Amino acid sequence: MKEVLLDIKDLQVHFRVYGGFLKVLNGTNMRVYSGEKVGLVGETGCGKTTTMKAVMRILPKPHGITPEGKIIFKNKNVLSLKTQEIERLRRNEISMIFQDPTAALNPVFTIGEQLLDVFRYSKKNDGLKGKTLKQMAVDSLRAVALPDPERILASYPIQLSGGMRQRVCIALALANQKQLLIADEPGTSLDVTIQDQILRLIHRLAEERNMAVILISHSLGVIREWTERVYVMYAGSMVEEATTPKLFSQPLHPYTQALMECVPRLTGMKTNEGIPGRIPDYFFPPTGCRFHPRCPKKMAICQEEKPPFYQIDDNHQVACYLYKGES
Amino acid sequence: MNFSRYLIRRLGYSIFVLIGLSILVFMIARLVPGDPARAALGPRASEEAVEQLRSRLHLDQPIYVQYFYWLKSLFQGDLGESLFTRRPVIEDIKEFLPATLELAIFAGILMAFFGILFGVISARYSNTWVDNLIRVFAYLGIATPAFVVAIILLLIFGMYFEVFPTIGRLSAWIDAPPKITGLLTIDSLLTGNFAAFFDALKHLLLPAISLSLGGLFQEARITRSSMIENSKKDYTYSMRAYGVPERVVISKYLFKPSIIPTISILGLDFASLMGNAFLVELLFNWPGLSRYGINVMLRKDVEAIVAVIMVLGVVFTVVNIIVDIIVAYLDPRIRLVEKGE
Ligand SMILES: Nc1ncnc2c1ncn2[C@@H]1O[C@H](COP(=O)(O)OP(=O)(O)OP(=O)(O)O)[C@@H](O)[C@H]1O
Ligand code: SF4
Ligand SMILES: [Mg+2]
Repeated sequence: MKEVLLDIKDLQVHFRVYGGFLKVLNGTNMRVYSGEKVGLVGETGCGKTTTMKAVMRILPKPHGITPEGKIIFKNKNVLSLKTQEIERLRRNEISMIFQDPTAALNPVFTIGEQLLDVFRYSKKNDGLKGKTLKQMAVDSLRAVALPDPERILASYPIQLSGGMRQRVCIALALANQKQLLIADEPGTSLDVTIQDQILRLIHRLAEERNMAVILISHSLGVIREWTERVYVMYAGSMVEEATTPKLFSQPLHPYTQALMECVPRLTGMKTNEGIPGRIPDYFFPPTGCRFHPRCPKKMAICQEEKPPFYQIDDNHQVACYLYKGES
Repeated sequence: MNFSRYLIRRLGYSIFVLIGLSILVFMIARLVPGDPARAALGPRASEEAVEQLRSRLHLDQPIYVQYFYWLKSLFQGDLGESLFTRRPVIEDIKEFLPATLELAIFAGILMAFFGILFGVISARYSNTWVDNLIRVFAYLGIATPAFVVAIILLLIFGMYFEVFPTIGRLSAWIDAPPKITGLLTIDSLLTGNFAAFFDALKHLLLPAISLSLGGLFQEARITRSSMIENSKKDYTYSMRAYGVPERVVISKYLFKPSIIPTISILGLDFASLMGNAFLVELLFNWPGLSRYGINVMLRKDVEAIVAVIMVLGVVFTVVNIIVDIIVAYLDPRIRLVEKGE
């Protein structure tokens, strides 16, 4: 049996705004086993980053709140950890590569300053001298295949290319040995060849360090190539989960099917106009299944209650009333 | 581009600014109606004598030649003679400028230090009563002109609590330190005269508070809003996410980018502070250049007015250079990126 590393249970995240709440996550479930590579896909704004920020406990304060749900990481509920414990967790267990590498680097400090602080404050390196820390920083830049680490340590973010910044972010995220790496659309802002190099790098590092990876992406192609299992997310919760080959050969949820339709096919002549409609308003979210306003197969029951996950087989589940009888 | 290249370019710009300023000031001096030679000699002087003075003052030459003569005398420290004090203007400047500089620098330090401090506290405790209190004071401080603050302070401390002196730079019974820089606090420290130092400091306090209050709260507001804005940026969350302790995230990674806008406007706030000094010096009977400036203006003492404007212009330029250098030092985006990129 594989060991469960991360278990997100019925997680809700709301943002307090003028006059009420944006109810962004409405019961998200996700499970990650140690050492595996899990994909997370969904349209922009569906709550992928928000879910992961909740896991790291870096939701904006005070208006980002988690009214319900649990995030169990190695038998401890992340949401109820004390400050010191959560800092320890961030140093040694979970890490995250932010979606936009330019925004994730502080523009007024050198890369060296930032990287050294991350090493300095990790408890394992308590009391280490500047020289040793610097050597660790140099090594961490080498590990992400950056040439001339000394020069990069002395550089400010604006002096680096997009690809270099992305690698620096990976080095920062992996300063310590971690068990889970959350990679939020790594390389999306870069051109395809560089994105591919970045994904290859993350894959290699994950294998070397025996890390589990949650890979967030818009691109089904990326998910198909680099993950073993996939969650499909729509408007604040997971709608389908399957092993990667299974999901691609047999997508069940109408939303997943629509997503697949949108992927440009090399052979086909058909143009793709995307899924009709758009992600709902989180201030007044649709009742029941949040996909119902856009769903071609909706039924009366769909507007009433949120569909639970129906287990199709050992490695396939789907949150849609169409499959009610099959579990 | 590196820092020294930025510095050279920045200094180059300032020279242009100063040249522009000198042309402007020269125009003001020359455009004043009436013939300066006639004015100097009086209505009864003979036409011949006036003509002689005109050519001695180069007034018979084209205007740009006059400008260069004027510039030359400026560099020789010859700013003409004041009708008001009846002595060379340069002597007046030497006497009155240090008092104003001391006041303005002290007020500037108060403004920057407490402005940033209140801003940080306000942001750290945003939307609590502490923040609200500071914000109420901020509105009052920004809306109240410096001279009104001065009058209120004068009333409170001059009439009710006589803890702080309200007149002049030094008490009569204190021996003034020998004149080295002309700034009493510095001179008294240099000569180890602590009694004079504390006395001078006490005299500085009320006028400096009156002058700094408006800018101080302006700075506090800017610091507050840029801290709150930057606290939502990914780079604050990323350091947190990598296990850097909260106090370091705030006092280092959030603080430094957030005070850059505050420091950038210090130059402007300093300029308005110097402007407000005119009335405040008058109210506190501060023997400074601004008070001198108001007196010579009321007497239409052209040479002296011109000199005061020129000196203030140089002070602004120098302050702005210093501010720009600090900003460029703090913000690599300014010093490393070519303009227009
Ligand atoms: N701090 C916040 N305050 C208010 N609303 C927020 C905040 N952060 C996120 N949201 C909202 O939550 C929703 C989900 O955002 P999130 O960033 O998680 O989406 P995402 O799936 O990561 O999208 P993308 O693919 O574009 O990165 C969006 O509608 C967004 O506007
Ligand atoms: S539950 Fe109903 S509305 Fe939702 S996807 Fe299934 S069929 Fe469509
Ligand atoms: Mg995102």
